[in-house]
Amino acid sequence: MNTVWVLLIVSSVILSILNGRVGEFTKAIFEGAKSAVEVSLFLLGIVALWLGITKIIEESGLIHRLSRGFRIFVSRLFPHVPRDHPALTSITLNLLANLFGLGNAATPLGIKAMQDLQSFNPDKDTITFEMMLFIVINTASIQLIPFTVIGILADFGAKNPAVVVLPTLLATVLSAAFAVGTLFVFRKVFK
Amino acid sequence: MNAVNLISQLIIPVFILFVVLYGVGKKVRVYDCFVAGAKDGIAVVIKIFPYLLAIFVAVKAFQASGAMDLAKGLFQGLLASLNIPLEVIPIALVKPLSGSASIGVFSDIVKTTGPDSPASLISAVIMGSAETTFYVLAVYLGAVGIRKTRYLVPVCVISDLAGIILAMAVVKILF
Repeated sequence: MNTVWVLLIVSSVILSILNGRVGEFTKAIFEGAKSAVEVSLFLLGIVALWLGITKIIEESGLIHRLSRGFRIFVSRLFPHVPRDHPALTSITLNLLANLFGLGNAATPLGIKAMQDLQSFNPDKDTITFEMMLFIVINTASIQLIPFTVIGILADFGAKNPAVVVLPTLLATVLSAAFAVGTLFVFRKVFK
Repeated sequence: MNAVNLISQLIIPVFILFVVLYGVGKKVRVYDCFVAGAKDGIAVVIKIFPYLLAIFVAVKAFQASGAMDLAKGLFQGLLASLNIPLEVIPIALVKPLSGSASIGVFSDIVKTTGPDSPASLISAVIMGSAETTFYVLAVYLGAVGIRKTRYLVPVCVISDLAGIILAMAVVKILF
């Protein structure tokens, strides 16, 4: 992330000077700060809400029942996560929320999953392979029905907005498979 | 379509009802439990905030610097030779960086090229199949305070690129 950030900042400053957009640059960094606050406030609400709900799931013991149902599938993806660990449940819930396009629930549950995965990480500074796999699956964002996109197409009077469902699903499944494959290739190379 | 829509609307209410009733059944003090969990949420968001700030400032600055126009020039010839409408370039560039900006760009493409145009179709698939990667990285890594990310970032960037190419290819092959 360090490299990405340096690249973005340095190229932005140089390009904005070359393009004569220095004024826009300065305005943009303050806008960026403002949207960070807005997004954080939004996150504060939904993260607190979903961590409240997941706390009930943990305390009532429901977590063991939920993880039992999906354990076969998720523990095949994450073989190094202990079988009774809460991480399996939070990963499952996050993946289900993504699948149904529930972005507002997916992010908080994903944060919970990252915390659960971090709990058995021997080196708290360094990412584990399980965390990388989890993030890569998340950024591939497999979604059954892209509701927002269909909504916009319908608003502008598309003849059949649902025509995008099949190509989107195909593209997202293929790119998820490619992303996971790339991760495994990198693991082989950087072992 | 409507049935799927209805089911996805019902998931969250039914799930919450089930969790609360199960908790009551197990004699858990549900309200106190919820509040305790929510309190943990505050700490998490405070922890994430500086990471979000860093990434949002960098992405906004990058967009304002005119880097997009430069990239547009670079890809123009390539896309033209593949017979892909040039209007999709902005969405391919913005989607990995910013979720809210990409919705604006997408609406603009649909408005200017028409909702049934090839450009709208390709953009729609890119919208549905690519993710705002840097935002996800900032939030998830920030939440646990990971500093050494090994080969995660290169994998994500390569996958983003592949995702956008796949989106274009799928539309080209299917339609």
